Amino acid sequence: MVHWTEEERCTISTLWDKIDTEEVGHQALTRSHLVVYPWTQRYFSTFGNLSKPAAIAGNPKVRAHGKRVIVALGDAIKNLDNVKATYAKLSELHSEKLHVDPENFRLLGEALIIVLAGQFGAAFTPAVQATWQKLLSVVISALSSKYH
Amino acid sequence: MSLSAHDKEIVAKTWTKIAPKAAEIGGDALGRLIVVFPQTKIYFSHFADLSPTSPQIKAHGAKVLGAIGQAVSGIDNVSASLSKLSELHAYNLRVDPVNFKLLAHTLLVTLSASLGAEFTPEVHLAWDKFLAIVATVLSEKYR
Repeated sequence: MVHWTEEERCTISTLWDKIDTEEVGHQALTRSHLVVYPWTQRYFSTFGNLSKPAAIAGNPKVRAHGKRVIVALGDAIKNLDNVKATYAKLSELHSEKLHVDPENFRLLGEALIIVLAGQFGAAFTPAVQATWQKLLSVVISALSSKYH
Repeated sequence: MSLSAHDKEIVAKTWTKIAPKAAEIGGDALGRLIVVFPQTKIYFSHFADLSPTSPQIKAHGAKVLGAIGQAVSGIDNVSASLSKLSELHAYNLRVDPVNFKLLAHTLLVTLSASLGAEFTPEVHLAWDKFLAIVATVLSEKYR
């Protein structure tokens, strides 16, 4: 089981309360993921036009999906002491149906950290970053848990 | 994954924006590195103060950014620009190359925090590629 200090729980919820789930999800998925790692577009072949950064940014399916990802992150945050169980079904989905290589979880996680830094600036201190990177590594581990 | 002319233009443009606070940015990136990835402290065991605000960490971060500035000036041949540093890392420092990726990440975080909306997807992409090239050059002579 993952151990969280009171400070870490506080750091996570304080930032989480300030996050616009749709906007942050959109930025992490488009700005940082689909543009910086364009080969990840392979997973979104049914999403329509992904030909240029502007197309990606304006694509409604991308926006909806970005929001979905961050809403799911919210589930992990509400269940910090049991992320693995919370994500069991999602893990199976990503492994058995979506066939997403877990490396992509890491890439999206890095992208999210960069988006948060852009949004919060100096308030996103090294300590805050460390706590959120810990959160994301727990999430990534849970998402990868049902892969064979 | 090589740099296009457009990527090089973006990197140069960003550099002129951040050059005046390069030392601060370097210090911030290195401070984040040792906090977020505490195993990297092993390379700085000779520093008396290993907190993120340590003057030694700040000074070293400034040095690292200075070298990156050199790479920016010689962006058409990063291998030549960083040749001495490449040897230093291979034969003396022997920093595990995985750490170059970690520092690239914290530097992107610092740039994002510093530039905000100006750190667009295209700027992020260009710097991600550029720092990957710097990392490759630094580990070029390892074996």
